Amino acid sequence: MKKQIEGSRAVAESVALCRPDVICAYPISPQTHIVEGLGELVKSGELSPCEFLNVESEFAAMSVAIGSSATGGRTYTATASQGLLFMVEAVYNASGLGLPIVMTVANRAIGAPINIWNDHSDSMSQRDCGWIQLFAESNQEALDLHIQAFRLAEEMSMPVMVCMDGFILTHAYEQVDMPDQTQVDAFLPPYEPRQVLDPDDPVSIGAMVGPEAFMEVRYLAHAKQLMALARIPEIAAEFEQIFGRNAGGLVRPHRVEDAETIVVALGSVIGTLQEVVDTMRDQGEKIGLLSIRAFRPFPLAEVRAALGGAKRVVVLEKSFSVGLGGVVSTDVRLALSGIQLHGYTVVAGLGGRAITQDSLLRVLGEAIEDKLEALTFLDLDWDIVNRHLAREAETRRSGPIAENLLRDLGVVGAKVY
Amino acid sequence: MTQPIKFYQTGTFTVGNRLLPPEQRSVQSSIARDNSLNSGHRACQGCGEALGARYAVDAAMRATHGRLIAANATGCLEVFSTPYPESSWQLPWLHSLFGNAAAVGSGIAAALRVKAHKAGQEQSDIRVIAQGGDGGTTDIGFGCLSGMFERNDDVLYICYDNEGYMNTGVQRSSATPPAARTATTMPMGPEPGAEFGKGKNVPLIAMAHEIPYVATATVADLRDLEAKVEKAMSLHGSRYLHVFVPCPLGWGSASCDTIKLARLARETGLFPVFEAENGQVTDVTTIRRRVPVEEYLRPQKRFAHLFGDPGRPDLIARIQAGADRNIERFGLLGSQTSEAS
Amino acid sequence: MKKPFAITLDPDSALANKTGAWRTERPVYVDRLPPCNRECPAGEDIQGWLYHAESGDYEAAWRHLTRDNPFPAIMGRVCYHTCESVCNRAKLDAAVGINSVEGFLGNEALRRGWQFESPAQESGHHVLVIGAGPSGLSAAYHLRRLGHAVTVLEAGPMPGGMMRFGIPKYRLPRNVLDAEVKRIADMGVTFRYNEKVTQLVEAMRDEKADACFLAIGAHIAKRAYIPAKDSSRILDAVSVLRSMEEGDKPLLGRKVAIYGGGNTAIDVARTARRLGATDAVIVYRRNRESMPAHDFELEEALEEGVMVKWLSTISSADEGEITIEKMELDEAGHPQPTGELETLAADSLVLALGQDIDMSLLETVPDLTFEEGRVVVDPETMMTGHPGLFAGGDMSAGERNVTVAIGQAKRAARHMDAWLRGANLGPKSEKAVADFDRLNTWYYSDAPKTIRPKLDAARRTSSFDEVQGALTEDTALFEARRCLSCGNCFECDNCYGVCPDNAVIKLGTGQGFQINLDYCKGCGICAAECPCGAIDMVPEES
Repeated sequence: MKKQIEGSRAVAESVALCRPDVICAYPISPQTHIVEGLGELVKSGELSPCEFLNVESEFAAMSVAIGSSATGGRTYTATASQGLLFMVEAVYNASGLGLPIVMTVANRAIGAPINIWNDHSDSMSQRDCGWIQLFAESNQEALDLHIQAFRLAEEMSMPVMVCMDGFILTHAYEQVDMPDQTQVDAFLPPYEPRQVLDPDDPVSIGAMVGPEAFMEVRYLAHAKQLMALARIPEIAAEFEQIFGRNAGGLVRPHRVEDAETIVVALGSVIGTLQEVVDTMRDQGEKIGLLSIRAFRPFPLAEVRAALGGAKRVVVLEKSFSVGLGGVVSTDVRLALSGIQLHGYTVVAGLGGRAITQDSLLRVLGEAIEDKLEALTFLDLDWDIVNRHLAREAETRRSGPIAENLLRDLGVVGAKVY
Repeated sequence: MTQPIKFYQTGTFTVGNRLLPPEQRSVQSSIARDNSLNSGHRACQGCGEALGARYAVDAAMRATHGRLIAANATGCLEVFSTPYPESSWQLPWLHSLFGNAAAVGSGIAAALRVKAHKAGQEQSDIRVIAQGGDGGTTDIGFGCLSGMFERNDDVLYICYDNEGYMNTGVQRSSATPPAARTATTMPMGPEPGAEFGKGKNVPLIAMAHEIPYVATATVADLRDLEAKVEKAMSLHGSRYLHVFVPCPLGWGSASCDTIKLARLARETGLFPVFEAENGQVTDVTTIRRRVPVEEYLRPQKRFAHLFGDPGRPDLIARIQAGADRNIERFGLLGSQTSEAS
Repeated sequence: MKKPFAITLDPDSALANKTGAWRTERPVYVDRLPPCNRECPAGEDIQGWLYHAESGDYEAAWRHLTRDNPFPAIMGRVCYHTCESVCNRAKLDAAVGINSVEGFLGNEALRRGWQFESPAQESGHHVLVIGAGPSGLSAAYHLRRLGHAVTVLEAGPMPGGMMRFGIPKYRLPRNVLDAEVKRIADMGVTFRYNEKVTQLVEAMRDEKADACFLAIGAHIAKRAYIPAKDSSRILDAVSVLRSMEEGDKPLLGRKVAIYGGGNTAIDVARTARRLGATDAVIVYRRNRESMPAHDFELEEALEEGVMVKWLSTISSADEGEITIEKMELDEAGHPQPTGELETLAADSLVLALGQDIDMSLLETVPDLTFEEGRVVVDPETMMTGHPGLFAGGDMSAGERNVTVAIGQAKRAARHMDAWLRGANLGPKSEKAVADFDRLNTWYYSDAPKTIRPKLDAARRTSSFDEVQGALTEDTALFEARRCLSCGNCFECDNCYGVCPDNAVIKLGTGQGFQINLDYCKGCGICAAECPCGAIDMVPEES
């Protein structure tokens, strides 16, 4: 059924269709509308039976989810940014215990400086936590990925993080095709836990494991992710059969066949990039686009296959490894081991900075001419940066960089300075 | 002080009593007790926590007819009971993290409730306990604990209080008593050991949440402990049981003195044993043979710096004053009698 | 369920970890000798029978008790219960009223008609018991239990000996005595009364006896020389107490003086009060601390109005009065005459200075030796120098009281049995005593002693009703349950409960416990928390 609704609402309804048993929620922007929606559905009785717990922190949210999932309950929670960081210990624990929890991360920057707007720093900080990480390009895909996520998580007995861009998707009203319950039920069987806390068959879950077995446990988690690599496209195909749409999978290439230049990105920026690529194609540039939908497990082979024939690759990412550069770029580079081509990293949209078509056209043009810096920051205000660096060179000033920059802009403490 | 006699030969104080009718016997006296925490665990000799955990969990197992799931915080209890490849637990048991046992318990309870609803029942016949040491309860797990209390989730949380971080090598926790030596409160300076005026009383904080049931107990009062677990399991909502469990390793006491020290903690007034319902104290176990705090402190090496020549009689007096304050505050010498059986 | 590797474990998998290897000491269950048992002259297993009484199984308790002593109802009335003076519970609140419980069991047995079982097998031996006093009766009982044919020859008309002729009715009602004796007769013991044995050698030959136990009481009153007018009335205690039994009440008058400091003196004084004497005055040459009579008997006598002249000897007796010389203690504590005289009104003077034994029947028995008017026996076997001839009770050395006599006779009977079988009993096993220090008294609830109801002192002095009232079942049970079971496991389950490693195996009621050495880490909590000190920690051999 087609609906014109907010992305968060779409996700909430989609999650509800998955018949979760336990939902735990702690509010953080921009995730709030999702759990508000679910809370309403539970309170109204539309989603029943289901337990909705208002917990006291994200750490508790993930901990409640761990308990619930280990007891055989289909369990969902959502968070973002600082909230994800606050629950990190439990995030690792959930995957270590192999608990198929599904969590939405409404991607948002990490402070300080505190910033509520979108980038991918939060999810990327958890790329090694053992969860499957799926990125949604659109509200429709966010909705669809949640249905696939429960299927995948429960089949693999590992948790899945569905990443969707904060505000850009969560707060955007778009038309979505909301599946009906019969379709979802046909696709998603009831949860049959691989291990469960059951007095009739007691087990101890969460043993302390020493050097004699820890490496094996870790390797097995990796092996499971590799298995997921095979299952993700299959599940996407089954999904398409039932729901009639393509969603999910490992990667989605766009006009890469004869492309000399391929842009790699993930999330909602794909929509903008697709238009830019189409525009440039119309102008005769041999350019294509690769959307990475599964960031963990990382589809090395699929990325290599898609990019291997190009002359240059531009990774546009909303994440940044301070002191190194791109996060996604590093993984893409690994996929291209041994292949000689030009590689560029464009860090864009940090803290919600708008990514405009004009800017994209500009940097991609520079890339095609191989004039682009290997590490480029899209629309960085070099005046501010240089002024600060110059002053820094004179006197080492203590205090947060952010505050000093704002001082330069005349926003803070202007009279003092 | 004379207490009324319930059954004569051994009073209410021994574990069992062949003279009692079976229904009045303690869980621990039964050949058929669950031994929920079974032999082969790696707790130190004379571990009070191992003992307290078996007492409490077995009592909960009996109260629930074996329909019980446990969440466990990181700590000694977790480490000594479940080092791969050996578990000592006989009930479904989950260890997640140091600071989240209460929340994990909440999650288990939530899932059970949904399962019950799906089966057309109002509530599950399976019950939940969450447990941890004092570090996992009064410090790092305190947020989750308070959250569980505040939501009144259907979990009995059991804190095994040995007054410090023993698993990590005996550091101070917010349950460490004043003057006690730990690795982070060394017996040096003008106020050796843990400082006075610090620490928190979690049972009282639990009461402030006005949850249905809060109680304290010791491994020296088995029947009392079992009665409290049974009472707790007869109720729904958040319940809290704080069990005093001496630690021979961390306290520098003889392994055979574990129960004696727990008894002395109670008899000095240093550890008040009481129960409270909905935020109100409803019963206090009165002191039977009152003793000065020296008798409790002296056998423990963690207080050794208070004794000897010249020793610190001033600090002992302050500890005694603390005990006296408890006695006054909780009416530990009161005329009411304990319902230990 | 396909469980995840390593992080999920099966229940009880830790049983593979045998923590017993950590141990440097191991707990060992021990049975120690409770002080009461050690003290009991009759060798009763007091803690053992209290164990049954505690659970309300009075018959089992009675049967356990009567393995050592066939007279619990009598004991409950006349035994001086030295056991209670050493009871560890006295250090806690008050000694367990062992004697009361014993009396209760005895009464209960009489009320319910419990009988001794006849021996399962006859030995084919015939043994003779001379004298039907406590010692003879006890020997007869034990010998019969062991399967021997037993004939008791008694010079008097009735059984009981000093229990009948020496102990007043108010302490031992005769129906109780008769009933407990009858139960022995019912086992198949032959009693023949009014048969005074004058020559033992002949008697044994005539009766075809294989062995003999000699238990003639001390019935001859000792006399002291007291210058006396003919008109003075001087009697001896044995005759006074005997005449109480045989019908003619002795004429003692309103004012009675009794000379002596033993229990018999007190018995006479209390008897005199009951016979209507206004003044019953005991004259004793030493002070109270040196008095051989039991203090509680003196106390009861004082409550009844009996008076005592301490540090006094009688120098002469006249009609209606006696003359007393005051004594004083020298530095060594011996009484010395002072020459200071006083007179005391006395209608009669009863001498209670001890009793002697008529040994004439032993004149032709070879190999015997005598010392201080008693026949010398091996203190362990109770056998005299003459093979097969054993002796006990007043005839042999030791304190002369009913319980001692019963105990000696038991020992003699067991050794006689061995002798008859040509066997040797071997040395007694010596168990260590269960001292108070070994107890963990926390576990015993506070429970003061139940005081047996006493007849009002006023009523006591005017009747021969039994002075010691019996315990009711409730109070007897209470009293039994006050037993601390010193040094002997009473299955309180403490060790089983307090082990942090579940390394104590409970074997079930009556079976006790066992240490599971696979898991016992040797922490010692079980030993520390054992209420009765029945667990020792023993170093492991490395």
